[in-house]
Amino acid sequence: MLDTIKEFASEFFVTGDPMILGAQVSIALALVAIVFVLTFFKKWKWLWTEWLTTVDHKKIGIMYIICSILMLFRGGVDALLMRIQLAAPQVEFLHADHYNAIFTTHGVIMILFMAMPLMFGLFNIVVPLQIGARDVAFPFLNSLSFWLFFAGAMLFNVSFVIGGSPDAGWLAYPPLSELSGSPGLGQDFYIWGIQISGIGSLASGINFVVTILKMRAPGMKLMQMPMFSWSVLSSSITIMFAFPILTVTLFLLFLDRYLGAHFFTVDGGGNPMMYLNLIWMWGHPEVYIVILPAFGIFSEVVATFSKKKIFGYKSMVFALMSISFFSFFTWAHHFFTMGSGANVNAFFAVTTMIIAIPTGVKVFNWLFTMYRGKLSFPTPMLWAVAFIPCFVVGGMTGVMLSVAPADFQFHNSYFLIAHFHQVLIGGVVFGYFAGLYYWWPKMFGFKLHEGLGKWAFWFWNIGFYVCFMPQYALGLMGMTRRFNEYNFDMGWQPLNVVSTIGAFLMGIAFLFQVWQIAHSIRFLKMDKSGDNWGQGRTLEWSIPSPAPHYNFARTPQVVGQDDWWETKQRQERGEADPAHVAAAKTAPLEPIHMPKNSGIPIIMSGFWFLAGFGFVWDWKWMIVLGLGGVIVTMLARSFNYNDDYYVTVEEIERTEAAAAKGAN
Amino acid sequence: MAQAHSNAHGHGKHDHGHHDLESLKQFGFWLFMITDVILFSTLFATFIVLRDNTAGGPIGTDLIEMNGIIISTFILLTSSFTSGLALLSMNKGDKKGLILWLAVSALLGLSFIYLEVNEFIHLVHEGAAISTSAFWSAFYTLVGTHGLHVSVGIVWMTAIIIQIAKRGITPVTKRKVNIISLYWHFLDAVWIFVFSIVYLMEVM
Amino acid sequence: MRPAFRKLSILLSVALLLILSGCSEQYLVLDPKGPIAAAQKDLILITTLICAVIAIPVFAITAVIVWRYRERPNSKASYKPNWEHSTKLETIWWGIPIIAIAILAVITVNYTYKLEPAVAIQSENEPIEIQVTSLDWKWLFTYPDQGVATVNYFKAPVDTPIRFKLTSDMAMNSFWIPNLGGQLYTMSGMAMTLHLLADEEGQYYGSGANFTGEHFAQMTFTADITSQEEFDAWVSEVKTTERALTETDVEKLKQQGTAEVAQFSSFPDNVFYDIMMQYVEEGEQGAHAGHMPADANDEASEHHNH
Repeated sequence: MLDTIKEFASEFFVTGDPMILGAQVSIALALVAIVFVLTFFKKWKWLWTEWLTTVDHKKIGIMYIICSILMLFRGGVDALLMRIQLAAPQVEFLHADHYNAIFTTHGVIMILFMAMPLMFGLFNIVVPLQIGARDVAFPFLNSLSFWLFFAGAMLFNVSFVIGGSPDAGWLAYPPLSELSGSPGLGQDFYIWGIQISGIGSLASGINFVVTILKMRAPGMKLMQMPMFSWSVLSSSITIMFAFPILTVTLFLLFLDRYLGAHFFTVDGGGNPMMYLNLIWMWGHPEVYIVILPAFGIFSEVVATFSKKKIFGYKSMVFALMSISFFSFFTWAHHFFTMGSGANVNAFFAVTTMIIAIPTGVKVFNWLFTMYRGKLSFPTPMLWAVAFIPCFVVGGMTGVMLSVAPADFQFHNSYFLIAHFHQVLIGGVVFGYFAGLYYWWPKMFGFKLHEGLGKWAFWFWNIGFYVCFMPQYALGLMGMTRRFNEYNFDMGWQPLNVVSTIGAFLMGIAFLFQVWQIAHSIRFLKMDKSGDNWGQGRTLEWSIPSPAPHYNFARTPQVVGQDDWWETKQRQERGEADPAHVAAAKTAPLEPIHMPKNSGIPIIMSGFWFLAGFGFVWDWKWMIVLGLGGVIVTMLARSFNYNDDYYVTVEEIERTEAAAAKGAN
Repeated sequence: MAQAHSNAHGHGKHDHGHHDLESLKQFGFWLFMITDVILFSTLFATFIVLRDNTAGGPIGTDLIEMNGIIISTFILLTSSFTSGLALLSMNKGDKKGLILWLAVSALLGLSFIYLEVNEFIHLVHEGAAISTSAFWSAFYTLVGTHGLHVSVGIVWMTAIIIQIAKRGITPVTKRKVNIISLYWHFLDAVWIFVFSIVYLMEVM
Repeated sequence: MRPAFRKLSILLSVALLLILSGCSEQYLVLDPKGPIAAAQKDLILITTLICAVIAIPVFAITAVIVWRYRERPNSKASYKPNWEHSTKLETIWWGIPIIAIAILAVITVNYTYKLEPAVAIQSENEPIEIQVTSLDWKWLFTYPDQGVATVNYFKAPVDTPIRFKLTSDMAMNSFWIPNLGGQLYTMSGMAMTLHLLADEEGQYYGSGANFTGEHFAQMTFTADITSQEEFDAWVSEVKTTERALTETDVEKLKQQGTAEVAQFSSFPDNVFYDIMMQYVEEGEQGAHAGHMPADANDEASEHHNH
């Protein structure tokens, strides 16, 4: 009996590596600590009713953001481990298979479990407030999207300590990712973690398209909507068209591994090249999915802190939509060297270059928003300005890579790595940081400490350049990506050491940010007034911070672009609001129709987790239990007709009064 | 799912068209169907790329029995028609007719699935399983995914029948019937493509 | 507070460092030893220039704007809070990138056809064919005309077009010799053609360039380019002194693990073809029957020696 348990445990848990053992112990201790704290402070009910079953977009947004910061930590540690290995490969700090697992999980986590949830978090926090709505179109679905992401992320993360991590790269090319090349469970954790989370992403895409198209406050025409909401719309449309491709591709790989199908195997007529095509038909739009909202954030931040209207609104909207459209026609530039031939390569090289045009146009529009403005540089604006040179260089190297015949020398080298990190960090991360700092007071009612923010900013920026500029050089020196070691004679070590120093500088920056958050909470300086930066232009700044759970006591009547700014301008000039606007502001309060909380999303996602775990280990009983549970919870949802309630006028009055008091 | 908006008098009175909860959900479902089109398109593209990769094993023309497929097609098309009849009944306020025709549609769908499962079993016995070759992998996945969608639809339709029996025709149940029949017609349209691209082109 | 300006100077210093050190031989991509690599280097420089023409003014404008328009009590800069459109400016910044990209597109398309790997290199010397097989985790080179085989290293004569035929035992890898030219993927079930030529004798670094698992990083090899006489002498020496590559040896190579540099006087007939087609059924043409990638005729269009 004991022997069976021991044998099972040695297969079940990852063994043989002190670092992983340390992680396993820490995770167990952390879980125990969390359970203990919740029980001791009797907070289980609070956790369940206030957070785990909420359908409030503001809270869902916060949960997404918390998860993404935790994932940033894990992805960052992965990066530091890799950089230690590469600074001194002779020491063999990491065994080859461990290194390979780490770069795989680093990529998946950073893109799918850090950037995506941070993005959805910002969508949730901002969009309904910006467009004058009380929630997203489908609040229940919104909650389900979060919990599906959580279940998928948990499944993926647990592979580190149970069963084994995937190690075939973040996109898992076959034949390496087939059973023949990856017989372990890691690849199956990969498939199910991403698949389950991907369903949540797709649902969010649909949710935000409907929200933006159908729930804007009266008077807010599409071409007067804030730029961030436009960027969310373009990103969400892209999600709708791209994610089904990922769903199918992962499913086909699963069938290969689980049922012996031959989609991408080398035998049985399979075609591994098709996987590359399919996965990149999703993969390229995916990177535009994450960058477009960052562009939207920059538009908001730059306009606000220039005290000026965004320059070229129509041009900016056109640029967003055309980038989204063209992103579907560039995928083959990820495998110019696969031998598709000159016709194919020429076509995709040109389409890739074309995307640089609307992107460049946006940079000029941001610069000319600042031109003849009155610039101030609180933390969000610092990030926005730093983004410009960083992203322009990244875009430049992207154009260099798009020159197909030259790419034969760049492909899969450190030049490529430097490029995509530059656009992802300099574009996406810088942008989301700017958004996080900018809307933080709207979420919580207090700003993050400026001084510590500046320390974090400088360490991130300097660290970034020190880490990645040498990597362009390493690429030109012939260093291939995903090498866990190299010969000292190549002369690569000095630049690798420099790069590692840069990585640690970014690690220090992250610590500053953690300190910044802790410090700001400790020395709370609340400002509940709502217009936390004093120069807000859009509707979200017209309500208290944090916003009441119903957002707007009265549905606002919007006059045009930058409506809140215009309202303030009218007040300054002593002008009255237009009649219908004034009437809307003073209309008698009416009960507000709100959705009830629901435990189904978290429970259904738990069943999805079970199903995925069952598929990974091929435990049929768990698969049946998991999928069965999913069906039952779906039916429970269908049969539930009691999912809404009304906020009474008295409660609205009380909430508004308390908020007004807090603002003084 | 309730929509957050101010409405003093329940669903009877709606301030603005775009806050009408039921039409919001229907619009959302149209968008979902767009994503399902992309999903099936990807499966079709995969099938087309792999259709000649039979790895020296059995080929489609040898094993596919068109008679059965024609019957299945007829059954599915009929069920789409009967779901249309269900909708007509609903719009006339005829609860009994609605339930009847929904049930007929679901039963026809069930027959379709039964025939399809039988076909698959027959093919496996003849030596063509999902693991036999890339062609068969693509075949089973494309046809099977459609079948899975139909099966989900049958369960869903049954759930709605029960809800209508209990609550009658209300704005909410109306919306649910509108959506399931949209879904049902969609699957019918996908089947036309499956029939043409997979079966017809294979035996010609 | 001039964050952009500070960043700009960091950027320039790093760039300068790179450019100056680029003269070093360690920058394999910028130290071409053959016409393909040389053409690719030219392309890289042209592209950098075209992009810099746009990027550097952007940096300058950013620095100036951020400096001039920062809010100060006694600022003389104009403030136009509602100025949000200028047809002239829009035309300029849509127009210039469009023109730059158009130029780059023409150059790119032109070079894409010229440098297509399957297209033969024009030369007065007869080409030599070398079959390359990537296995986990070593490289096998077989010479169909000379009859010899090597592992993790190959010799070839200078100024002679080399027609590489690439395949893989299983995982998708990529064959890259930066000094000589760009890489090409190796895939089971098909023979990819890569033409390269070395116009300078020397030993050049080569590696796998698409991740294939645990010991991928150890799949480096040496390309040893010698004079024609030396090459011929080497072939004779290998044929007379080394042992043959047997089927057993091939089976061992197919097993997972790294391998030492080695050379063999002969190899089993059709070993390259057999490995390539090992997973393809009778009657099939390869991993994707009927959809072979473009593999242009050797006599078709030609490269020009630079």
